[in-house]
Amino acid sequence: MAILGFLIRRILTGIVVVWLVATGAFFLFFARPVDTVAHQLAGHAATPQVINLVIRNLGLDQPIMVQYWHFLDGLLHGNLGYSYFNQEPVDTMLKQDLPPTASLVFGGVVLWLVAGLTVGIISATRARSLFDRFSNVAVLIGLSMPVFVIGELLILVVFVPLNQHGFTWIQTGYSGPSNGLGVWTGHMILPWITLAAVQAAVYTRLSRGQLLDTLGEDYIRTARAKGLSERRVIFRHGVRAALTPVVSQLGVDVGQLLGGVVVVEAVFGLGGLGQVSVQAIDTDNLPVIIGFVIIAAAFVVVANIIVDLVYALLDPRVRIA
Amino acid sequence: MSVTGLEFAGQETAASEGALDAGAAKVEGRSQWQLTWRRLRQDKVAMAALVVIGIMILLALLAPAFASLTHHPPNVAFPNTGEDAAGNPVGPGTAGFWLGTDGTGRDLFVRILYGARISLFVGFVTTAIGAVAGVAVGLMAGYFGGVVDTVLARFTDAVLAFPYVVLALALAVVLGPSLTVIMGVIAFFSWAAIARIVRGQTLSIKEKEYIEAARSLGAGPFRIMIFDILPNLLAPVLVLATLYIPTAVVFEATLSYLGLGIQPPVASWGNIMSDAQNFYQTSWWYVVFPALALLITTLAFNLLGDGIRDAMDPRTERVFAAGRGRRKRRGKRQVLADGQSEVSHVAPYVPPAEGS
Repeated sequence: MAILGFLIRRILTGIVVVWLVATGAFFLFFARPVDTVAHQLAGHAATPQVINLVIRNLGLDQPIMVQYWHFLDGLLHGNLGYSYFNQEPVDTMLKQDLPPTASLVFGGVVLWLVAGLTVGIISATRARSLFDRFSNVAVLIGLSMPVFVIGELLILVVFVPLNQHGFTWIQTGYSGPSNGLGVWTGHMILPWITLAAVQAAVYTRLSRGQLLDTLGEDYIRTARAKGLSERRVIFRHGVRAALTPVVSQLGVDVGQLLGGVVVVEAVFGLGGLGQVSVQAIDTDNLPVIIGFVIIAAAFVVVANIIVDLVYALLDPRVRIA
Repeated sequence: MSVTGLEFAGQETAASEGALDAGAAKVEGRSQWQLTWRRLRQDKVAMAALVVIGIMILLALLAPAFASLTHHPPNVAFPNTGEDAAGNPVGPGTAGFWLGTDGTGRDLFVRILYGARISLFVGFVTTAIGAVAGVAVGLMAGYFGGVVDTVLARFTDAVLAFPYVVLALALAVVLGPSLTVIMGVIAFFSWAAIARIVRGQTLSIKEKEYIEAARSLGAGPFRIMIFDILPNLLAPVLVLATLYIPTAVVFEATLSYLGLGIQPPVASWGNIMSDAQNFYQTSWWYVVFPALALLITTLAFNLLGDGIRDAMDPRTERVFAAGRGRRKRRGKRQVLADGQSEVSHVAPYVPPAEGS
């Protein structure tokens, strides 16, 4: 029951957050003169009449509160508005671009958590070993590498040489899982590594530090003294306690993840929500950008609720109430 | 952080076995900054990083000199000497182009130097803004508490969780991409992490007796914050700021790479690498050199930041005495762990005193 109450409260505050973000985005974008938008759309040699027509067609001549009302009304019905250019509904556009983004996020997060935690745990249990030193250097380099540099270098040293030598499994661009899982993996493997690399470095450092601290605890000595196997001591007693700060860091990182997604999509030409939004900026396609901002906010809110639930499961001291 | 200079001086001379006999001869009080600098000087990695940063700054300042030395202004294309017959960039060392040319036959070396000017300028300025703003917000939230704290702390959390690329996208649309806009965006995200740490430290410092003493002498809240609390916070803020500079540099490069930052023809490491995308097959130098410049810069700042953190942590003193490295890492992590505990949802877990 406590969980139900917690969920309801978090979902309600989440809706408020999304509403605030949507309102902020709306007024931010529509605070600028409508003429610029219309000028862009109507082309360079447009007469004032044409520009006025464009403004009227887009509903930009109405008072801003009326426009805001229409916007909110549409939002409640799951309608994010229409693209300025082809009048396509924004939600269908974004839905089409969801698969590459979802593939990227899913694989990237799995890879980064698995790699980060595994290396972190091995490093902590064998502190000062060769492996630990090596992973520390790798972590430092990973932390200093911008996402797009990793992507560009992977293309340069992996993708280009392999394809020049006729090994064509690894590709750029996007191909869905419906074309075969092998093809999908081949297209996604470099983007996954790129997205995971920087974050894996953060999580390696965090989990290594936390686990080292935890393993210095008295209750770990007690567990060893009881005669528990080393594996049990490390995983049941050590890792579980060390994981809680890692999970709470995850909630903070979800927002940064979206930034990484935009960059990785641009590097590998995956299409996807991020790349479409960046393109929408060049064309001043405001409804598409607002749509992306709202979806991003919703994603962050939902992810944080999930993180808090996992957190409570891991750490019995946290009460959901 | 409140260990006095004299205690340090005694430990250090004992630790480094006569190497500092000047220090032993006349015992004088040393400020924490002097001590930090002494310890930092012994850290070879940090000093190397400092030298690298110095060279980078020098190269950036001398960019116009290199441009006139090579007779290759940054934004001038040399279609005759700078491109081969197929119109592709020429490689490093050809026709007086030290690192080759870019896609339109401009000197890559000169452009990377001009990119360094932008990167370092953005890095230092935004970090300075962020540090001042972060300290102000953190101090106010921590000192006043109550409603002020709730509002400021929630706002800080919101900023930390907000996807920066999304906001940069939004602002690039509204205001148009420019140096001012990206510096605004970067500065907007830079203060939150500092504010969070400063708030946590302020919360504990304001309960100390000397603050109570200051208050009973009639000092106002702002006097207490600036003269009594702030000096104790400078160490962690300096570490955080050093570690934020590379983040800001990467930030600028990423935005420029996406076309939301510095606009061509002005050179930035990000937009050079973005242009290089079309020349993977032919011109490796076009990608590799700007990437290296970026990597070397961020790595140097990260290493220096770690070094300063070690040098400022009183616990590392014992490390030098014991000559063991493992303790050093413990001490280093402690600062991080303190910061993390602010994030966590439960009361911060307090590690046991060292000594086992």
